[in-house]
Amino acid sequence: MNTAVASAHTVDSLVDRLAQPANARAFGLVLIALAVALALLKPWLPEGLMRLPALLVLPFSDGLNWLFNFIKDDLGFIHVTRAFASGIEWLLDVTGNLLYGKRRWPRLEPIPWTVIAVSAACLGYWLGGWRLALLGGATFVWIALLGQWKWTMETLSVIVVAVPLAVLLGLSLGVAAWKSRRVEAVLNPLLNIAQSLPHFSYMIPVVVFIGVGPKSGAIVTIIFAVPPMIRMTLLGLRKVAPEVVESGEMCGATRWQLLRYVRLPTARTEILVGVNQVIMQSLAMVVLASFIGMPGLGQKLLQLLQSLKIGRSIEIGITIVLLAVMLDRFSKAWAVRQPEHFERGTSWVSRHQVLLVWVVLTAGVFALAQVFPLAAEIGRRQAFTLSKEFDAVVGWMLEFIDPVTLAIRAFLITQVLIPLRDAYLWLPFTSVLMLFAGIGWRVGGWRSAASCFAYVALIALSGWWDRAMITAYMVSFAVFLSALIGLPLGVWAGRKETRAQRVLLACDTMQTFPSFIYLIPVIMLFGVNDVAAIAAVIVFGTVPMTRYTIEGLRGVPENLLEAADMSGASEGQKLWRVSLPMAVPTIMVGLNQTVMFSLFMVIIAAFIGTQDLGQEMQRALSSTDVGKGLVLGLCVAFMGLMVDHLIGKWGAERSRLLGITS
Amino acid sequence: MTLKHPQTTLGAGLVATANSAFIGALLAFSGSALAEDSSDPIIIPIHNWNSQIVMSNVVGQMFEEMGNNVEYVSTDSQAVYESVRLGDVTLELEVWEGAFGAAFNEAMEKGGIVDAGDHDAVTREDWWYPDYVAELCPGLPDWEALNACSAKFATPETGDSGRFLGGPVDWLKHDQERVDALGMDFTVVNAGSASALWAELAAAKKRGEPIVLFNWTPNFIEAVHPGAFIEFPEYEPGCAEDPALGPNPDATYDCANPPNGYLKKAAWEGMAEKWPSAYAVLEKISFTNPQIAEMAKLVDVDELEPEEAAAEWLAANEDVWKDWIN
Repeated sequence: MNTAVASAHTVDSLVDRLAQPANARAFGLVLIALAVALALLKPWLPEGLMRLPALLVLPFSDGLNWLFNFIKDDLGFIHVTRAFASGIEWLLDVTGNLLYGKRRWPRLEPIPWTVIAVSAACLGYWLGGWRLALLGGATFVWIALLGQWKWTMETLSVIVVAVPLAVLLGLSLGVAAWKSRRVEAVLNPLLNIAQSLPHFSYMIPVVVFIGVGPKSGAIVTIIFAVPPMIRMTLLGLRKVAPEVVESGEMCGATRWQLLRYVRLPTARTEILVGVNQVIMQSLAMVVLASFIGMPGLGQKLLQLLQSLKIGRSIEIGITIVLLAVMLDRFSKAWAVRQPEHFERGTSWVSRHQVLLVWVVLTAGVFALAQVFPLAAEIGRRQAFTLSKEFDAVVGWMLEFIDPVTLAIRAFLITQVLIPLRDAYLWLPFTSVLMLFAGIGWRVGGWRSAASCFAYVALIALSGWWDRAMITAYMVSFAVFLSALIGLPLGVWAGRKETRAQRVLLACDTMQTFPSFIYLIPVIMLFGVNDVAAIAAVIVFGTVPMTRYTIEGLRGVPENLLEAADMSGASEGQKLWRVSLPMAVPTIMVGLNQTVMFSLFMVIIAAFIGTQDLGQEMQRALSSTDVGKGLVLGLCVAFMGLMVDHLIGKWGAERSRLLGITS
Repeated sequence: MTLKHPQTTLGAGLVATANSAFIGALLAFSGSALAEDSSDPIIIPIHNWNSQIVMSNVVGQMFEEMGNNVEYVSTDSQAVYESVRLGDVTLELEVWEGAFGAAFNEAMEKGGIVDAGDHDAVTREDWWYPDYVAELCPGLPDWEALNACSAKFATPETGDSGRFLGGPVDWLKHDQERVDALGMDFTVVNAGSASALWAELAAAKKRGEPIVLFNWTPNFIEAVHPGAFIEFPEYEPGCAEDPALGPNPDATYDCANPPNGYLKKAAWEGMAEKWPSAYAVLEKISFTNPQIAEMAKLVDVDELEPEEAAAEWLAANEDVWKDWIN
């Protein structure tokens, strides 16, 4: 009770603290006023202040292409990358042989599907009991029954190579960054850029340096998956308590021993969260990596969509979601699993029960597979399919929603989107520059102002201003709508635990369901135009908004709510005066994620047909123009980094005011 | 130059090309018994349209019949020429003049890729409409009749003028230039992928809305949605460069796309050396329009998997291909 009384004071002082004026950052207002003035005075502005004169546009892409060619041919780096790639290819040959019987060394027969299903079930049981056993077994049975075995194994054969390599790479880079401030200083901005760069921009150099095929698929997957691993390793090592290290030192451990036996095991949880992230990121790349030769589910999915087979692509989508959920739950169970301890004298058999069961079962089904071919492989013709049902459901939904969308489509395009786009394009670039510098100043003083100014200026210097503004217009409108949907949804869901669980599961599903699939229904509903593109972005962008709103509300300390109850607050007051303000920092993280997700998705929406950076990115990909792809990607990354910086700063300030640490 | 021959210089590259042509000629004389194909897999690229995927499987299975190893890898249909040039993939079975002619020629200039002959098929890529649109706009397929009812093709984003749904910008079609040159009341909207074209077509057909879009033949869509090409002023070679040609004396692109573009095969220049028999077969391979349409139909309409479709096609058409591999 005492804590609740104390918290009641906290609630009172909370209001005071939030009412405190932010630091005097008046100069930011001056800059914003200047931005408004520039916009208002536009008719009288000289041409040079509206758009950057062509003379000043820097030939970044030519420079980058020159640099890449120099590294590739003159320095002969291509031989290094190719040699590295053939090493990976060798690993892929091994896993390919085991999983689906590729015709290369070592020419092994594929493992029967029943063996893999039984193994997954046993592993699930060992990690987390019956529920996970069921999840693991059922996932593989679903895959086999639907005749997707070969494609899934092609996908997994790449993932089982990419994930350990990404983990290893992330772990060593994380340790290196932890050991040396200098490495960290170099690595940090690189990681920031890597995490906000659209996938296509680094796929182009991979095609040039590595080629196409499963090996390139593995390598882009590694590149995409490694940053969170590095960050989590660093975080974990930082958090190791000095007492633990001291006790290690007292035992006379060498530096290597300290790292291997003291620090890394203590950081286990963070590192395993990193592993979990690597796995999820790898599955997110399944479809995109097939643009440069990753075989399997992603490739098949794109082929099916090309001939409008929506039902069958949904089947593949479900498989990808199931795999993601399974691997996610497995790796999380592994993360929280503590080492088992047995009494002295426990027999080997009782210590390894699950292992023994696995050996017996595997031998059993292996023998079964030799007798009944169906237990070894289910061909597409023997498989059953739900595609007709899915097609019917999708068709019915389209018919149902179509009149609504047709009606709002014309209104949205003529009354909202075209005017909005024109307004963005109408703005002089100097005005945008001043606006963000001003916002930066307000949020974080002159340093933030300088970074925002630099980001916007670099986009202007790249020569892709108009395209970037179209991207900005689509993303900002999509983020606005995502917040409008995600926030109330999150509040509604967060108020009841069971509901929250269900909505979070839906969020997981939406996030891992391949976004290419809903591009098609969206086009059917809205046509090839910006409404369709924005709708696709919203579907994806609402997920983090909802998720973080729920998490934010769940994280509000119980004692604060109790205190509010004691002060006689109504449900509405509790929500508006206590829960939401306390959840704001978390919700802002969600908003930040929504911006990031939207920037990724808007580039993919180029497959619908847009006129923004994404369209140019597509061109760069098909003409393997490394420099152009990177410049376009950096424009997108700079937008993301700027928003990230502003929201991050603002959120930190807000947390400080609320007295929330971390 | 290429990875496989880092020491080769430009001159030597030309010699290598000449050599492979020589080997090809030699093989034509002496049959394939002379040379031994490498046991490394021949890497066949597949793209995202079914006729190409099935054809790749058909050829792959023919190579396997001959004892070669084959692997398939999915790639972008434009970027593939760079990969063929570097030997990362061994060949390309569908080089469309209209869509990939430019990328192919560019790769030829850089070197590393060879022309392995044409299919006995013609390709056509142009403005196209599904059958039901003919009733909504009398006088089709004439382009002037289309222009007369341009308002019927209007959409919110194009305002009063009609909408032509073009292919992705990287297919480098000069639709906007043609609209301007012929003074048509149309706006070109570029779809971002072939899937987007088909999705929009399917939706328009369901609603009975008029639509005119980019299409090509041979293509599976003919089997699912019958339709016809718009007849533009007849194609004349040079129409894209010389304003004098075509009805508008002051503009280029004032005529149709070539009605009979080539469909070519291309190969990595090292293929003839590494897999001489397979290369000799590749040069002989030639499919016709109906054969290509049949391959696509097996997947798009009959719902077979590409590898099954290929096996089925090979079984039904032994007289076509047995001669090539013997």
